[in-house]
Amino acid sequence: MGKLQTQCAVVQAETRAQPMALRVEHVRAKANWMRRRLLRMIVDAGQGHPGGDLSATDIVASLYFDTLRIDPLSPNAPGRDRFVLSKGHCTGALYTALAGAGFFPEADLDTYLKPNSRLNGHPNRTYLPGVETNTGPLGHGLPVAVGIAVAGQIDAAGYRVFVVTGDGELQEGSMWEAAMFAGHRGLGNLTVIVDRNRLQQGARTEDTNALEPLVDKWRAFGWDVFEIDGHDVAALLTAFDDAALPRSRPRVLIANTVKGQGVSFMRDQASWHHGVPSAAQYAQAIAELEAEQAK
Amino acid sequence: MSAAAPAAGLHDCREAYVRAIAELAAEDDRIVAVVNDSVGSSKLGAFRDRFPTRLINVGIAEQNMVGVGAGLANGGKIPFVSGAACFLTARAMEQIKVDCAYSQANVKLCGISSGVAYGELGATHHSIEDIAWLRAIDKLTIIVPSDPWETAAAIKAAAAWDGPVFLRISRMPVPDIARTAGAAFVIGRAETLRSGDDVAIVATGTLVHRAIAAAEALAAEGVSARVINMATVAPIDTDALAAAAATGAIVTAEEGLATGGLGGAVAEYCARNHPVPMQMIGFPGFLPTGSADWLMENFGLTAHGIAAAARDVIARKR
Repeated sequence: MGKLQTQCAVVQAETRAQPMALRVEHVRAKANWMRRRLLRMIVDAGQGHPGGDLSATDIVASLYFDTLRIDPLSPNAPGRDRFVLSKGHCTGALYTALAGAGFFPEADLDTYLKPNSRLNGHPNRTYLPGVETNTGPLGHGLPVAVGIAVAGQIDAAGYRVFVVTGDGELQEGSMWEAAMFAGHRGLGNLTVIVDRNRLQQGARTEDTNALEPLVDKWRAFGWDVFEIDGHDVAALLTAFDDAALPRSRPRVLIANTVKGQGVSFMRDQASWHHGVPSAAQYAQAIAELEAEQAK
Repeated sequence: MSAAAPAAGLHDCREAYVRAIAELAAEDDRIVAVVNDSVGSSKLGAFRDRFPTRLINVGIAEQNMVGVGAGLANGGKIPFVSGAACFLTARAMEQIKVDCAYSQANVKLCGISSGVAYGELGATHHSIEDIAWLRAIDKLTIIVPSDPWETAAAIKAAAAWDGPVFLRISRMPVPDIARTAGAAFVIGRAETLRSGDDVAIVATGTLVHRAIAAAEALAAEGVSARVINMATVAPIDTDALAAAAATGAIVTAEEGLATGGLGGAVAEYCARNHPVPMQMIGFPGFLPTGSADWLMENFGLTAHGIAAAARDVIARKR
């Protein structure tokens, strides 16, 4: 633990010492790489959830390439920050971040969904270092993250817990059981980011089982609530920097995002919740992302 | 359901369970208790008073409770997650599967007041399906202690075991089981309480003392019955089952469904390896209103019922 905290502290100090513009540039480049890499992964596998992956990519990249105090050489170090992907189907965002951060070789991404791959369709901690808890069925990640945060609270440990949930996922009752308890416990070490892309598998959230007024709901459960542009990396990093501040209440960032962000024909389309680009669509998507990166 | 203290010579295993958890907690600050507004029924009030920061009451929210337990394990704790067995298992089945077993989280799930302890409250509150349900989940250890000594020993063994464990804790009054000096509880190893060649009675939990009484009644008739206490239902002790099958006839007995649970586990093993006539003592399904004692008596979960089943299987031996 000591070694890890020392290493991480050093990494973080170096990161923090940089001007925000450089940090943003670094994360944006990583996010762009993640988008290209996860699309290739999905095309190679012939399956995946590109829409939700792309809406969550900037959030996950900001965490893995700037915020989290983690060490891929010691993935279970007790003092590590925890990241829980509650929307467990968005493995494209998680696996590319873990590979990019050095938890496993990037070449393993080529095995995604292949027989005996460590890269299951949903994250599995017994297969893959860096995964904190197995998710996939919705409504599981937040309660587990709350338990981690309670352990940290009991121990007065310095680690922080970050959770990315889907917005459709908030239709699961277990999310609100956990939200209610986190508010009651005053879990200041817990930050939830709602990937508010307003689409679930089949339709718009507001046409299915409406979530609004979402800010009021979290606030009523005892949380500090912030709305944020989930694709504005500077805003995300600033919000995550604030997670280091002492708090007495859990915090939720309602991150307004676009499903399929970064690829024009996938943007805001429920049909890309899961789906595989054709060869032409893939070429177009990569060209768009490369053009974005070249800007 | 009676609030009265057990009769002389009988014990409520919850007392041993809370004592064991408190003893563990005094030695190891990783031990925490998680409850769903069940401090009273889990008898954890004294634990809360002694370790106030280590009693985590999530309220009436079983899915969150089991997820929180898995998270506490991630944070380095050894959580004992306790709630009425009927709700802990059924309400949180997917959390038990995904957050605990599939994630291999170091969580100890304690189903309190299991079986038909809440007799008059009806089938909603009976936890007779739990062994069958949980036995279908891979990598989940299931322990059903038979008396206070075994309850305490099982709690301590579970704390030392790296991985998810379900402990089925009874509130039905039970006597102490007579054991040889130096007996040790080992997860996955059955306890042969009585040797015998004519039939084997494989029992678990509150049926173990009844199985011994049945074997004594059979002995008076000249029938030699082997009695096996199968406290660990999963993973089951196949050596003990092979020895049971060698008698040529098996009776299983449990305070749960007659099929699917212990009976199902033994039948699966025997059908594949040593087919022998079997009888399964347990409940048929949703039960009528009645006290726990009445339900046990009425459905033959008694020494008399076990002995009758033994005579039946012996008559069917080939």
